[in-house]
Amino acid sequence: MTLLTLENMKTDIGQYSVLHDVSFSVPEGGVFVLLGRNGAGKTTTLRSIMGLWKPSPGSVRFRGDDITDLHTADIARKGIAYVPENMGIFGTLSVAENLILATAKGQFDQNRLDRVQVLFPALKTFWTKQAWSLSGGQKQMLAVARAIIEPRALILIDEPTKGLAPSIVAAMAEAFSEIAETTTILLVEQNFSFARQIGRDMAVIEDGRIVHTGSMADFVADKALQSRLLSLSA
Amino acid sequence: MQQISNTLERFGGVNLLPLLLAVLAFLLIGAPSSWATLTVAGLAMGMMLFLMASGLSLIFGLMDVLNFGHSAFVSFGAFVAASVLSALGGWLASDSITLNALALTFAILAAMSFGLIVGWLFETVIIRPVYHDHLRQILITMGALIVSEQIILAVWGGNPITVHRPHFLEGAWIIGDVSIEIYRVFAFLLGLAAFIGLYLVLNRTRIGLLVRAGVENREMVEALGFRIDRLFIGVFMVGSALAAIGGAMWAGYETLITPALGGEMMIVVFIVVIIGGLGSIEGTLLGALLVGLTANYVGFLAPKLALASNMILMIIILLWRPSGLRPAAK
Repeated sequence: MTLLTLENMKTDIGQYSVLHDVSFSVPEGGVFVLLGRNGAGKTTTLRSIMGLWKPSPGSVRFRGDDITDLHTADIARKGIAYVPENMGIFGTLSVAENLILATAKGQFDQNRLDRVQVLFPALKTFWTKQAWSLSGGQKQMLAVARAIIEPRALILIDEPTKGLAPSIVAAMAEAFSEIAETTTILLVEQNFSFARQIGRDMAVIEDGRIVHTGSMADFVADKALQSRLLSLSA
Repeated sequence: MQQISNTLERFGGVNLLPLLLAVLAFLLIGAPSSWATLTVAGLAMGMMLFLMASGLSLIFGLMDVLNFGHSAFVSFGAFVAASVLSALGGWLASDSITLNALALTFAILAAMSFGLIVGWLFETVIIRPVYHDHLRQILITMGALIVSEQIILAVWGGNPITVHRPHFLEGAWIIGDVSIEIYRVFAFLLGLAAFIGLYLVLNRTRIGLLVRAGVENREMVEALGFRIDRLFIGVFMVGSALAAIGGAMWAGYETLITPALGGEMMIVVFIVVIIGGLGSIEGTLLGALLVGLTANYVGFLAPKLALASNMILMIIILLWRPSGLRPAAK
């Protein structure tokens, strides 16, 4: 079943046209990976889905509803969480405050909080610390934890492994696989070795256009295609 | 500079600056009674500046809106309060503390209500169309400040207006050689109460949490499902009301006000916000106290430098900390 559909999406930022014609569908469940080089339009795609930049023309449909013209806050309330590339952590707030802010009613569901703390034990250790004092990996954990502290249907995650140590990346891959059992993830990545571990379906974006969609297994098996689209050695 | 910063951090950080300034002034002034009088005057002035500036700091921090019309609320607060106090002149002159207090309460409530209502109108009509456009914000809010001065001229006339203080706030307490004006103590306490109230709202409530988060990253707050534009209207109204209360208190402090009050206060209010760091209530309080104390100490020690003292203070602070003493975002 399709959860999210982008149709002929075109997004301009100022006088620059960044997305020219983006169309793909994200099925419900698992991790959908959007691959592409720097500047291909990956971040713009996520921001356009969240309504932070408005596509024109084109449409974004979530569970069949057109959300193209909705306000970002209303899109989030439909059940879409967003973890931006810079993580969007509130540095002067504590870890606990960052998380409580993401709850709908201002209080934690104990089961979900327990799950978050099992997935990311470091957050419990630094519970009352201001978020700016966390390491890069811990901030990324907090950003993802904030996205799952409430039940969501879809999480948009922008390059979560950027600048992280290999051990943290491995922990992230494990956490994402577990999260994807209950929540669909649309992951934007440049790190193909990370993406291939957890991705089920995928698309490749190049110069603001989708140039390939399919299953990750097929893409991994086709070295020539990888080489052509991602400049990876065959 | 780095060495000074590190040493200061070890002993309590920038929060100690007003205390250090007071100690330095004590050594330079020499006469304890003069120093005490100036310190009380500086603290009172600082607290009134805090009332005027706190809203501006939050408005800029939360929505990146440069509101040069903010001091129009200071002006209107002063004139509205002056009119109420004038209308209740009999209560002010009465020996009854209850009637005195009622007159003052009505004057402050009138200024506050004016700030709330006109703040809402100002945000809706003037600010909202120019979100995300600093140049137009500066032009339109400067224009609004000029228009507000003309409205004051039309309603209250161009002559200075004398503001009557309540009888129970007249005079001074004499402790040894030290004379402490009662009104200044009241202004200090009112400002302190406003700071504590704001601090509690910002740090103990969900709305406050949203405001603090919004000051840091409003886009992310929206991505979490909150309409920051609606929150901003509330912050704008409260900020305008606080400025109006500050104006009302300033009117009683100066006892003579003119339509140019808003324009005169605009520079000082901006200096306070810039020194303190944008979007931070604690920073605004620090900035206001430093400006208040500096103006009084320099006015006594080097009267010719009095007008320039706030600018000099701002330059020194910004050379040391370009983002201000306690900016909201890290």
